[in-house]
Amino acid sequence: MPILLDLFISFFKIGAFSFGGGYAMLPFIEDVVIYEHSWLSTKEYIDILAISEMTPGPIAINSATFIGYKIAGVLGSIVSTIGVVLPSFIVVSFLFYVLSKLENTKVVEWIFQGIRPIVAGLILAAFISVFNNTIADIKAVFISITVFLLVYVKKINPILCILIAGLLGIILY
Amino acid sequence: MGLFSTKGEKDLKIILNLFITFFKIGAFTFGGGYAMIPIMEREIVENKKLIDDEEFTDMLALAQASPGPVAVNTSIFIGYKIKGLMGALSSLLGTVLPSFLIILIIAVFFNDFKNLKIVDQIFSGIRPAIAALILSSVVGMLKKGDNLSKRIIIAVIVAVLVGFLDISPVIIIIVGGLISVIMNYFKIK
Repeated sequence: MPILLDLFISFFKIGAFSFGGGYAMLPFIEDVVIYEHSWLSTKEYIDILAISEMTPGPIAINSATFIGYKIAGVLGSIVSTIGVVLPSFIVVSFLFYVLSKLENTKVVEWIFQGIRPIVAGLILAAFISVFNNTIADIKAVFISITVFLLVYVKKINPILCILIAGLLGIILY
Repeated sequence: MGLFSTKGEKDLKIILNLFITFFKIGAFTFGGGYAMIPIMEREIVENKKLIDDEEFTDMLALAQASPGPVAVNTSIFIGYKIKGLMGALSSLLGTVLPSFLIILIIAVFFNDFKNLKIVDQIFSGIRPAIAALILSSVVGMLKKGDNLSKRIIIAVIVAVLVGFLDISPVIIIIVGGLISVIMNYFKIK
């Protein structure tokens, strides 16, 4: 199979079958790029994860772009990235279409009544996981509390907070 | 105006605006999809008032129940809501483009990127900030609306199920929706 088609299909599969976003997608990506295709060694894969953590954007897209480039150059990175987001686009389009037809029906309102309170819990779970992986020393605690006060009490723009935190990192570490 | 109806303006400016907004969000989303929630909330709900709080929460729920990255799904939903298919495409492109370009530059030019000391320092500062930003979203979200204690209990139960028992968010969302439909149908309070 031509390599570009192979990349596209593989990342389409990754996009289509990994729910929950972020770190939930990692085992699936690992399976496809290391074991199924041997596109990367385990060490290269760990390197890509490290880079993904240090760069903005969803980890699935970072991996797709990076692996696509390594395997087939710029064209490979484009094909892989389109492959990984296409399932999202198709599913969300379908959901949006269906819900716009059913909107204002009682059942849809009931469904949303049920899932709204869950969202805060899901984000709380994300907080716990990020907290466990990041708050390693007293400097991190200091940065975390400072940023919380800036964004929550002072209502400073989160983007500005990230810039400030990066600067604090350079000063403190 | 309902949640899933799109506004009618055929305005290139709105489409461009969506692209720029999501490009900004994509460029500052470190540490996975959940980190973009506070940034999106500030840009889309508070600053530009493109959608309201409840609509934003609903879209987050749907985004987590759909396959793929949560940040990508949320941007597509919001794009559709504000400007239909063209809005969805420009939001998607805006979200994806920063990571795509940055990774491409790193892949082409910086073989040693992850060993750069300055990058490591910056990231050591950003990681704890992400935790704080995510927590501020949770607190903000819980504070809005009535029945606070009930919502806190649900949030804690959900966090334990997902964070400690490794149950998929998709299952929890589907079950939550079902329970609500059953309770409403049989008028259980």
